[in-house]
Order: sequence, then C-alpha cells, then structure tokens
Amino acid sequence: MIGIINGEVYDPQNGVNGQICEIWVENGKIVPPPDLEKRGGAQIIDASGMVVMPGGVDIHSHIVGAKVNAGRKFRPEDHRDHVRSRTAYTRSGSGYTVPSTFLTGYGYAELGYTTVMEAATAPLTARHTHEELEDTPMVDKGVFITMGNNHFIMNCIRTKQLEKARHYVAWLLGASKGYAIKIVNPGGVENWKWGRNVSTLDDEVIGFGVTPRQIITALAWINDELGLPHTPHIHGINLGQPGSARTTVETIKALEGRRAHLCHLQFLSYGGEPGKSLRSGALEVARAVNEHPNITVDIGQVVFGQVTTMTSDGPLQYRLHQLTGQKWINDDVEGETGGGIVPMEYKRRNWINAIQWITGLELFLLIEDPWRVFLTTDHPNAGPFFCYPQVIKLLMDRDYRAEMLEKVHPRARKRTVLAELDREYSLYEIAIITRAGTARALGLKNKGHLGLGADADIAIYRKMDDKEAMFARPYLVLKDGQIVVRDGQVLHEYQGRTLYVAPSYDPGVESDLRTHFEECYTVSFENYPVAPDYLPRSEVVSCT
Amino acid sequence: MGCISCAGFVIAMSETDAVTLRLKEPTTIPIEADSICPDLFVGRSQAGIESLPAFYGRRKVTLGDLFTVEGENSDQVIVEGALRYVKKIGQRMTRGRVVVRGDVGLHLGAYMRGGEIVVEGNAGDWAGAHMQGGRIWIRGNAGHLLGAAYRGEKRGMNGGVIIVEGNAGREVGALMRRGLIVVLGDVDEFAGVRMITGSIFVSGRLGARAGAGMKRGTIVAFADHAELLPTFRYDCRFQPTFLRCYLLQLHAWGMSIDDDRLEGFYRRYHGDLTTLGKGEILIYDQR
Ligand SMILES: [Zn+2]
Repeated sequence: MIGIINGEVYDPQNGVNGQICEIWVENGKIVPPPDLEKRGGAQIIDASGMVVMPGGVDIHSHIVGAKVNAGRKFRPEDHRDHVRSRTAYTRSGSGYTVPSTFLTGYGYAELGYTTVMEAATAPLTARHTHEELEDTPMVDKGVFITMGNNHFIMNCIRTKQLEKARHYVAWLLGASKGYAIKIVNPGGVENWKWGRNVSTLDDEVIGFGVTPRQIITALAWINDELGLPHTPHIHGINLGQPGSARTTVETIKALEGRRAHLCHLQFLSYGGEPGKSLRSGALEVARAVNEHPNITVDIGQVVFGQVTTMTSDGPLQYRLHQLTGQKWINDDVEGETGGGIVPMEYKRRNWINAIQWITGLELFLLIEDPWRVFLTTDHPNAGPFFCYPQVIKLLMDRDYRAEMLEKVHPRARKRTVLAELDREYSLYEIAIITRAGTARALGLKNKGHLGLGADADIAIYRKMDDKEAMFARPYLVLKDGQIVVRDGQVLHEYQGRTLYVAPSYDPGVESDLRTHFEECYTVSFENYPVAPDYLPRSEVVSCT
Repeated sequence: MGCISCAGFVIAMSETDAVTLRLKEPTTIPIEADSICPDLFVGRSQAGIESLPAFYGRRKVTLGDLFTVEGENSDQVIVEGALRYVKKIGQRMTRGRVVVRGDVGLHLGAYMRGGEIVVEGNAGDWAGAHMQGGRIWIRGNAGHLLGAAYRGEKRGMNGGVIIVEGNAGREVGALMRRGLIVVLGDVDEFAGVRMITGSIFVSGRLGARAGAGMKRGTIVAFADHAELLPTFRYDCRFQPTFLRCYLLQLHAWGMSIDDDRLEGFYRRYHGDLTTLGKGEILIYDQR
C-alpha cells in the first residue's frame, strides 16, 4: 500500500481543485484511506509542495505501426545524433521525432503520461501495430482504426445497407483489436488513388458514388449504434488548406448533433480562400465548437523545430512534398486507405509556420469548455510529444506567450487576435486538457481521475513557476500503483495493457466478407484478424 | 592528369615534433578512434593523449590501451600499424596534420573542417563524409561514398579538397554541396549522385550513371569516354577556362598535369533533367 500525503491534488473529474488531500493506492487501484493500523505498514510519499494529478492520457499520437516504422527507416538522420544507452533497467533506443518503441514508452512515462492512443492504423497493418505496442512499455494504449476510405463501407453506403456496414465495423474493430473508428480525409484518400482529392463534403468518391458527408454521417451513426466508448475520431477534409475552417464548420454541422471528436483541429482551421494566402480561421471554428456540445477536439499544436509528418492523407503529403521539396513516402493500403510521410521543420521566421502556431494557440484560448479541447501536437506531425511542457507553459503564462509571439514572423503577427487573448490556463484546466477530459472523451472510466476504484496511474510534479520545467520532469510517476519514474527517469520497465473494443455483430456478415476478401484482398479472410496472442496484456473496454 | 609527384606536397614533417601513435596489435575488431584528432593532442601531455577515450568493439578503452604513444602537445600526428579496422581518424579536426602510414578504416576525416590528412595506403568507405574544409590526400584507393552525405542527410561534403591517387568506389561525392574531389584512377557507378554543387574530377574511367539526380555542379571526365545517363543533354565542345585555373592549382600542389588536358577541348552535357538540370558533365575530347 502506498499513501501520497500533503500534495496539492488536481482531480477535475471529482471536482478536486488544488486541495491538500491524501491518495491511497493498493493493488493498482485508488482505495479509501486505511485505518491507523494499516497505515503503519504503508509506504508514505510526502508530496509537500507538489502537485498530484492523474497520469496523463494522450488522445492522439502516432507512436507505432507501419507508417511510424516507415518514418523511422526513412529518417536515419533523425536517429544518428539522438541515442539513449541502455541502463540496468531500461533498453537502448534512438530517434528524435520518430523514436524507437521502447524510447517512446519511456519518454511518455517521463512526462507523467500513462495512457496513449495510437491515432491511425489501417486494419490490414494492425498486426504490425500490435507487435510494436507490445514493445512500447510503461503506458496503457489503444489503436484507432482508419475506416473513412474503406471500400466495403463505401459500397454499403452506396447500396444503402447501413446495417451491414454496422456489423462490418463491429467485426473490423474486433478483428484488428482496435479501440475507435478513425476517419481520415473521407473519400479524399480513395480519390488520391486516381490522382485527385475531395474539397467539399459533397464531392463524389470516384468509383463509389458516395460523398465525404455520407461517409462521416454513416460512421457517426454506426459509432452511436455500437455504443463505442469513444466517438468517431475525425481528421476532416482540406487539412492544411486555406479555407479549411469553412469545411470544418460544415463538418460539425453535418454531424447534426451526433458525438464526434475532431483531431488536430489547428491544421483544419485556416481562413482565406483555397490556393490563396493563409490566415487563422480559429475564431470561426472555435465559435462552431463552442456552439456544438456534441463535439470534442484536440489541437495538434505546432512546435517550432523538426517534425516528421505522417498521415493516411495521401494527397496532403504529396502537396507537402511539392511545397517543401523534402523527401516523401507514398503508401497505398489496398481497399482500405493510403498514406504518406514527409519530414519538415517548422520555423519561427516562416510566416506560414508562424500562422499555424498562432492558430493552434488561438483555438486553445477561444474554445471555452476545457472538457472539450485537448492538448496534442499530433506527434510527430506538429511537434514531438515531449514538447508538451512547452505548450503547457504557453497556455499558462501569457507573458511568455507574448514574448514568443514577438519572435515569430511579423507578417503572421499582423493578422492575429492572439495578442489580445489574456486567458491563462489554470493547473485545474491543464489537468482537464491532458488527462481528465481526454479520459472522459475516450470513455475510459478508470482513467483520468483519482476517485475510488480508478487505476492508480498518478503523476506528481514539483510545483514551480516555470511550468515547462515543472511538467518536463515529474518527481514521481505511478503506473498501476507502482513507482515507475523518479525525477524524470524511468526506474524500471512496466508492461501496460492494450485497450480494445469487441462489439457484437451479426455473424451473417461474414459470408459477404469472405467473398469480399476473395475478390479484393491479398490476404485470406482467415488470416486477417489479429490473434489474441499478439496482445500479451490486454483489456476489453465494454460498449454501452 | 597523369602521374603525380608528391614531392612538392608532402612537406617533410619533423618527426621529433610530431605525436606518433603505433597500433600495438593487428586486429579485426573495429576500433573507433575519433580521439585521434590534432585538436585534442594540442596542450596534452603524452599521458593525457594516452588517456583519451576510444572504443575497441563495444568496449570503452583508452588510446593508450591500443596504441603506443610517443610525443606530446602537437597538432602533427603520425599513425602507424595495421589500421584497416581503425575508424574515424581525424574526425571533426580543424587544424594540423595527420599522416597515416598504411591503410585506414572507415569515416576518415568525416566532418573535418580544416588541416590535412595524408594516407599512404588505402582508405575505407565514407572518407571525408560531410567534410567542410581542409584537405585529404589518399595515395592508394578510397572506398565507397567518398565525401558523401550520411544516409538520410540532405547535403554531404560542404568544402575542402579530397585527392585520391588510386581508384574510388561507388557514390563518390553523393549530395556534395561544395568543394573538390579529384580521383586519378577509376570511380565506380553513381559518382556525384544527387550532387547539389561542387566539383568532381576523374582521370580514369567514370562509372555508369554519373551525376544521377544532380542539380548543379561539375563532373569532369579526363578520359575521353564516359557512359552518360539519357537524362543528360549535349550542349557544345569548348575550352573551359575555369578548369584551367583548377588544374594549375593542382599543378602547384605537385601534381603533373598533362598539357592536352590543360589546353584541350571538352564536350559539355547538362543534367540531370529529372531534377533541376543545371549540373554539367565535361568529357575530354581528343579530336
Ligand atoms: Zn494524427
């Protein structure tokens, strides 16, 4: 038994806002304070002058799987100067924006994060993703499965067989051991296979006669019908384009009140006209988010420096490659999705990058309800995850923010409201956007809070004025009630659980699927599902 | 360019002033010796030099464990022994002079910024990788990726001169950004691949696919035949003035330059047309 005493506790789910209270832990769970007799045998952690929070929960990050690993192989220069030696307790690893699996697990734990969601895996490559997750220690994890350009689903939508699509999605999540439905540039990735894209919600998907609007609404309906713990996780159309703010607002409206999560919203909140000059569209998008309580978002905040962009959005990556002249990988995943990888550097003195940086911060500050806006950098697309403390400082410290704003390209500064936004996030709000809110949006009932029965995933930070330093180096991190990090250093390796869903479905759909696999796939129906032994430690999260 | 006399180039080094390292035992275990660098020897006693770190395989050792060291506090360095498996000699050096008596291993003079390295035998792959200044003179053959960029990096050699009296392997000057590489023997395929700018001179046979993906820069073939990619287009036959300046400088360094090459005509091709196409390959024309 462990008791954490004298700490300032931030547990927004239970309304605890900086009160000094005791947290007791036994058998990996939060338990009530024991009687005096039992206290004697407990390990006491004195958290005087410290902040106690639930372990961080990252709702959107690219850490494992086919495209991340392609990114690693594609970027030896990202690894050459960034190596970490093994210790008696931890393994060696390398990589800066695309670190190796073990390093990724250590890096998250060393920030106080204990749960991370891999944001996009094609079902066909899910086996690879789970193999890498097995080697990603310290954190609990789950995988979002890309479905927005899936041939079987699009055929069902065209023939108005939504029930069949629903059974297929349930089967697919179980077969790939996925956690949520991911939609990436619906229809656009398929059209890219013909050298095209989509630019409005009503463009036609070539060869299927369906539209992005139909794909999004069908999958949102299926998500609700299946009662999945998370909402559909949507990367909309026109990402990165001037004018994307308008299609983002249209997407929010198209959902007609159905629950959905819009990811890395910053990339989808640009004003201006397509093909013309970029400006922030944060005002317009934040207003729509504020008006629609069914929507949650994460930001994908740009951090200046090196990144590796990687997404299923194939046409976007081609455009980035053309724009930057950087090397490029293009990918086609049979009848499921596609993708691309392009390394990049965000520069303060590049006015476009500066506008992207500003747009993200404006969204953070303009979206009023912290329970619906979450901290991400869309790692490694907008910045590496270990830069989260820097983003926290930008949100909590307006003087620092103003100082940073002074350093960006003046052309970007001219067209922004950021300088007028005084809001500063409190520690309570930071706890929401990094753990409580994300856990709630993911439907993880035992995470993101310190109430009785919650998983004993706890981060303890020394209270400091410099919030970047504070969050970069937790004093202690507990995972399932074990101390795994001390002073920002992993003490020993710990195998987290893989969280997935297994919604029930009508087995009748399997005969259609068998035919589909025979006609369209390079693998057989029998070999497609990820067998349970790929997940050495797992937990099925129930549907409602 | 034909044969070469180094008399004018290798100024006799006063051995009494130099630090001499002699490898104690021949080995096939790779040794990483980036501490054999004149910058680190200046201001260090013999014991100080002996205590500099090195890797013997994956084992961390000192230079003194592997080499006998004579001399101290000098940026003149002589390395002797069976050095084929000794890597990274002269890495990141900015001054002074290293003479290698015999063959040497990988990454010789990588990231070098100044000073001079002379190898009396052959050098391994990646000699002069990412070099920024100074001079490397290899009497024997060089390996692959001479003066190249390490995998994944956007640009390779960014200044300085590399001279190889023997042959060189594949991808000489890959992603080269500035500087001069002279190979008196043959080079294998893909010389100057994805070159950005800079110059590569080859006296012997220029291997296939030279200049593939080059944006700018110059590759000169002094033999009168070279097999070019179809994405290089013929421009003209001319007497390049700049080449004369280069060759006279090489002559001043002690190389014998053939009058025919100095005064002769060259055919100019530009490419690679799959990219920017502002690179050039000049081929000596005997007519
Ligand atoms: Zn993402």
